[in-house]
Amino acid sequence: MPADPVFDVVVVGAGVVGCAVARELSRLTLSVALIEARNDVGAGTSKANTAILHTGFDATPGSVESRLVARGYQLLREYAPSVGVSVEHTGAVLVSWDDEQAANLLRLAEKAAANGYDRAVVIDAAAVRALEPHLGEGVTGGMVVPDEHLIDPWSTPIAFATEAVTNGCRLFTNLHVTKLDVGPEATCLIAEDGRKVLARFVVNAAGLHGDTLHRLFGFDGFTIRPRRGELIVFDKLARPLLGRTILPVPTSHTKGVLVAPTVFGNIMLGPTADDIDDRSATGSTRAGLNSLLQKGHRILPALLGEEVTAVYAGLRAATEHSDYQLTSDGAARYVCLGGIRSTGLTASMALGEEAVAMLSAIGLYATPRDASTLSPVRLTPLGEGDARPYQTGGTVICHCERVTSAEIDVAIASAVPAHDLDGLRRRTRALAGRCQGFYCAAEVCAHAAVASDRPMSEWMGLP
Amino acid sequence: MSDAAVVIVGAGPAGLSAAIELRRRGAGRVVVYERELQAGGVPRHTNHLGYGLRDLHRLTTGPKYAARLTRAAERSGVEIEVGRSVHSFVDRVVTTHGAGGPTKVTAGAVVLATGVRERPRAARLVPGDRPSGVYTTGALQQFATLHHRRVGNRAVIVGAEHVSFSAVLTLTHAGCAVAAMVTALPRHQTYAPLRLATASRHRVPIHTGVEIAQIVGRGRVDAVVLSDGRRIDCDTVVFTGDWIPDHELARAGGLPMLASAKSPIVDGGWHTEQPGVFAVGNLTHPAETADVCGLDGRAAAAHIMDWLTLQTWPAAVTPIEFEHPILWAAHTAVGITARVAEFVEGRIECRTGGVVVHRTKHRRWTPNQAIHLPRSEATSIVLRR
Repeated sequence: MPADPVFDVVVVGAGVVGCAVARELSRLTLSVALIEARNDVGAGTSKANTAILHTGFDATPGSVESRLVARGYQLLREYAPSVGVSVEHTGAVLVSWDDEQAANLLRLAEKAAANGYDRAVVIDAAAVRALEPHLGEGVTGGMVVPDEHLIDPWSTPIAFATEAVTNGCRLFTNLHVTKLDVGPEATCLIAEDGRKVLARFVVNAAGLHGDTLHRLFGFDGFTIRPRRGELIVFDKLARPLLGRTILPVPTSHTKGVLVAPTVFGNIMLGPTADDIDDRSATGSTRAGLNSLLQKGHRILPALLGEEVTAVYAGLRAATEHSDYQLTSDGAARYVCLGGIRSTGLTASMALGEEAVAMLSAIGLYATPRDASTLSPVRLTPLGEGDARPYQTGGTVICHCERVTSAEIDVAIASAVPAHDLDGLRRRTRALAGRCQGFYCAAEVCAHAAVASDRPMSEWMGLP
Repeated sequence: MSDAAVVIVGAGPAGLSAAIELRRRGAGRVVVYERELQAGGVPRHTNHLGYGLRDLHRLTTGPKYAARLTRAAERSGVEIEVGRSVHSFVDRVVTTHGAGGPTKVTAGAVVLATGVRERPRAARLVPGDRPSGVYTTGALQQFATLHHRRVGNRAVIVGAEHVSFSAVLTLTHAGCAVAAMVTALPRHQTYAPLRLATASRHRVPIHTGVEIAQIVGRGRVDAVVLSDGRRIDCDTVVFTGDWIPDHELARAGGLPMLASAKSPIVDGGWHTEQPGVFAVGNLTHPAETADVCGLDGRAAAAHIMDWLTLQTWPAAVTPIEFEHPILWAAHTAVGITARVAEFVEGRIECRTGGVVVHRTKHRRWTPNQAIHLPRSEATSIVLRR
């Protein structure tokens, strides 16, 4: 039997950050593996965020987060459209609802400038109303941030992972690292089920479980305390109520709730912010939803007259620190990307660059691969602002989201394929619409079963 | 010059019945667009008796009813295009998309017959985890009837109106036990015999006055927790009833909506506020039985023919007026149908102007249950306690 291969670098965690790191590494002369505890990439925290490509205007000036968000914003804004990840330029307006918040606006404009962003403009209440006529009563002022974008948060990690895998990176899913052994030449990562992966260098992109992996390496320094954010997604018929993202003015005690369009043509309301202990508690709560509805009613009253399409909750990998926790250790050949919170989507590509730089600094040698050996990736854009397959012809299988059966086939046959309905939803939008499967659930399962040559009961998630 | 005399959106009972009657009246080219790959609409997957009584004068099952109606339409020369979705109908220029690419058809009249669906879990803001095993009755029926699938082993049904009891039968037939029915209302909302049969034959307890506080389960449903704290173990949750018209095309086309029913506003002749555009069936009254929808379509055909030949349109399309506790009211081919927002006692009066044209007996009215009032020129209905 041949010896187990030793990968030059193994990235632990296939969220948006891990996928971005794997993609960056796959473009170098290295053997790379990406391992993930779940059955799919981008299936944890990365699938449940506010889907905004941030300028980083409100980051803490001088922080690692500020630098990487600003850099990541530029990188992702350029990369996303080139691989079929939908991006929509709407801009944003921070809206103040009382005098304290209004006073904060000027301070925020200064903060934006300190972050290198000089296009934020403070405006008065009448100007806010002119921009967004459906806002509720009581607006006291606002600040326009013209360069905020919306992005498809589902396709972003999938595009990264697909590019990485196409470039030769190995993707191991359902592999939950529970033990490890740092040897002189290689680190052995051992999964719950006994599988082993050998790596010269390891990158910790384990998100919510980043501190656990960090401790397995024998390090300390941060503890993840998940912050749950519940979100409500409203029907596409609500989309005309809003031109741009409505951001709250952060106060001393809360960062606040935003109302934002999505690239899929919906309106999103959220998130809440609850510090919790259970790292798998991605359920929504009655209290959380009620508080969102109450805030939504103030911000955009007409929104509450529209139907709700989806409710979900995501966990941010918050720590006791306010900044990202990026560390490396030469002896252990280990790089840690810890405490990456909600800005991780925007910063993802910059974190990829950063991880490579950190690995180089501790002795990983690699050169860029010959461009001719790299395969271009092109996903089918899922955004309403992009051309969709149904428009040119195809049998629509999910009517609410206008997903063709051919798109289901592609999602199942792709280099990073969908394994369940959730994976299909994130790759195609199937079942993500207003009827939530009233019309198409059975048909989608039946079609997926044929396309994947797996029993329909598996796609139905039958016990 | 029109490409088609009439374009009908939706090949369910209302759309097909309108199409058949239009052909019988010599309307010329009648095209029905159906986005599913089979015509027939919801009855295709409601595999139980109760269909066809008032329109076809025979009692049959949903699938047989759908097939019979589809055959009748085909025989009468209706062009049914399946797998084709209608995108817009600006100035009666109907754009569609489907397997052959987009099309554009100019129609003399457009009939919206897009039907009705159940509000899914998210629209009802039911908190908790997001496991698999959460369905609507519509999805459940399609798994069971069209694909002959088992959906789970033990289900909780949310709702206690007619369709909820139909879900009990579908689940039982598909080999899934029903652990309980749950309704936030103080009592069930179906006929007493149906409720009794469910209780005795299937031994399904009904928990009234409680909501689903939380769905529990990672991966697959493990349980539901009720608002009174009780936990019911189950692997399947079926959200039933709570109908909402499939009104997206109507709204996107700019038709004004009735706020409570979320249906496009029509008059007794199914005219909408846009000349040449009609709305029929459960799109206008969520939800009636299939035969009422069929009769709607048939009756609307006369008004559609009038429009095609005379090109006259009502100066104002006035819906029936109503006030709380009436939730909504709408015309059907057999009368006026209405719903109440709560359990309430009293008599309902139909009025034309200030004149009472019909008065019911004093009785108790049940939410989610169809209230049928005779066809009249009534402009308003009120409930007097």
